[in-house]
Amino acid sequence: MAERFTKSMARNIYLGGSAFFILLFLALTLDTQVRAMPERDNRDQLTDQVVRGKHVWENNNCVGCHSLMGEGAYFAPELANVFDRRGGGNSEVFKAYMNAWMTAMPTNVPGRRQMPQFNLTEQEIEDLSAFLEWTSKIDDNDWPPNIEG
Amino acid sequence: MKYESQRVAMPYFIFALVLFVGQIVFGLVLGLQYVVGDFLFPEIPFNVARMVHTNLLIVWLLFGFMGATYYMVPEEAQTELHSPLLAWILFWVFAVAGTLTILGYLFVDYATLADVTMNKLLPTMGREFLEQPTITKIGIALVVVGFLYNIMMTALKGRKTVVNIVLITGLIGLAVLWMFAFYNPGNLTTDKYFWWFVVHLWVEGVWELIMGAILAYVLIKLTGVDREVIEKWLYVIIAMALITGIIGTGHHFFWIGPPEYWLWLGSVFSALEPLPFFMMVIFAFNMINRRRRNHPNKAALLWAMGTAVMAFLGAGVWGFLHTLAPVNYYTHGSQITAAHGHMAFYGAYVMIVLTIISYAVPILRGRPYGNSNTAQIVEMWGFWLMTVSMVFITLFLTAAGVLQVWLQRIPDSGDALSFMATQDNIALFYWMRFVAGAFFMAGLVVYLGSFFIKGQASPAEEVRGPATQEA
Repeated sequence: MAERFTKSMARNIYLGGSAFFILLFLALTLDTQVRAMPERDNRDQLTDQVVRGKHVWENNNCVGCHSLMGEGAYFAPELANVFDRRGGGNSEVFKAYMNAWMTAMPTNVPGRRQMPQFNLTEQEIEDLSAFLEWTSKIDDNDWPPNIEG
Repeated sequence: MKYESQRVAMPYFIFALVLFVGQIVFGLVLGLQYVVGDFLFPEIPFNVARMVHTNLLIVWLLFGFMGATYYMVPEEAQTELHSPLLAWILFWVFAVAGTLTILGYLFVDYATLADVTMNKLLPTMGREFLEQPTITKIGIALVVVGFLYNIMMTALKGRKTVVNIVLITGLIGLAVLWMFAFYNPGNLTTDKYFWWFVVHLWVEGVWELIMGAILAYVLIKLTGVDREVIEKWLYVIIAMALITGIIGTGHHFFWIGPPEYWLWLGSVFSALEPLPFFMMVIFAFNMINRRRRNHPNKAALLWAMGTAVMAFLGAGVWGFLHTLAPVNYYTHGSQITAAHGHMAFYGAYVMIVLTIISYAVPILRGRPYGNSNTAQIVEMWGFWLMTVSMVFITLFLTAAGVLQVWLQRIPDSGDALSFMATQDNIALFYWMRFVAGAFFMAGLVVYLGSFFIKGQASPAEEVRGPATQEA
């Protein structure tokens, strides 16, 4: 680098640049969380049951195989839109599907990927279904591109 | 080694490499489960093996960073470490807690683990990379605080170099951002948004400061280039890292709820994120060309060049490949993400830790000019085997990802293949990835083997560099 560009100039770019962008990031975070998100995440429907369902999701490490809104592992199907894919957008159909699915696991088909039996109670399956239904209704800029996730 | 207390780095490096082996073993398990779905089921389901694979990576890199810090900071500050005893205590606390957590993953059902560790009191478990029981997370926080205390007491009483300042800034950032691991609101979108404060702002933020500082330190030692020049480069690199990387977090906000302006901000700033990595390549090669000495530890020099190049490819090029919102719409959460993740972590963070190990461990073992020529050649074989294998792992996963996008994401609903049908169609690439993974393991064995070769390089191997010849 040219001699006219000194170390203290480099340091000032570092300090000034990072301070500016940290502040900008905090301001954008404030705008996102306070102004924008309430209109996008349908939080008026965020019931206690949905929160319980989120804990079922977490306590069984579902994200260790599945992705949710594209984040997680890529070993098993995306589940942010499973309410639409398997439940056809109908709560009762989806609950029935979830009950049948969770009971049927694992399939034990030789050589195929296996989902463990989590021994969830009926209440836990309902909570989990409510969580996945709520998740499917978040405004996520129309992701995924199609129903297959 | 100028200061006796630098020795405390040794157990950190050794334990890091032990965990590295564990990480790769479980990587192979995962790779096989991708094609033989019921392999080790139900004893080790995929989610457990993945948790072990990723958590071992994070923990061994932290051990590596800590070892690097204990080695570098006293020498840079020109003073003994504040408390070697504290460093040893924290080593054992972290090693025992880390081992127990991994054993917990393997031998206790995850829901039971959540239950017995009282996750209910402060639920933080069950999120990708943050699967550790809350008690382990608190333990990590305490270990890091003790470590930072020890390091800052050392740095403050001695010479304040730019390397130390940048390294410690990165470590403080690491500690502060870890606090977001404890924030887990019931609202999934809020949870995800702040989860990235740990994950993204670590690997595409403060960890780059740590990497830059380690690379700068090793280059000062190996090339003998004037510290002023290297420090100037270091400032420019980390400036670029933070200027692009902080708003670059936005590339994770595309599809998890936040508003549309992040599509623009995330795309533009993360498209610039390869810049600091590109500068690291220019920096490393420039300093080596301008070297004022030819250090006999050529293996360390190879790692230093390798980490710059591979970080640029993995984090820079493979990151850019899928970071623009219109592209990411199709590639998000596909095997493209996995491809990028593998090469970026290997190139930037695995290799920087192996760089400092390659430089510092021979010195700690009483070989100030490096290992014997034979040992270095074996180590370089390990370097090439692991690095080339990782390139192939990345290429195979990229091919799998492109096909996955083509079959599953691009067609309209109705025409698109289902997730599982797509997986069957791309199994060939998973097999090839597994073979490349086996070669990686072989490379790791060769690399570790190099530590058992006796002998050391002699100062006579140091011939004067081009810069001094001209002078």
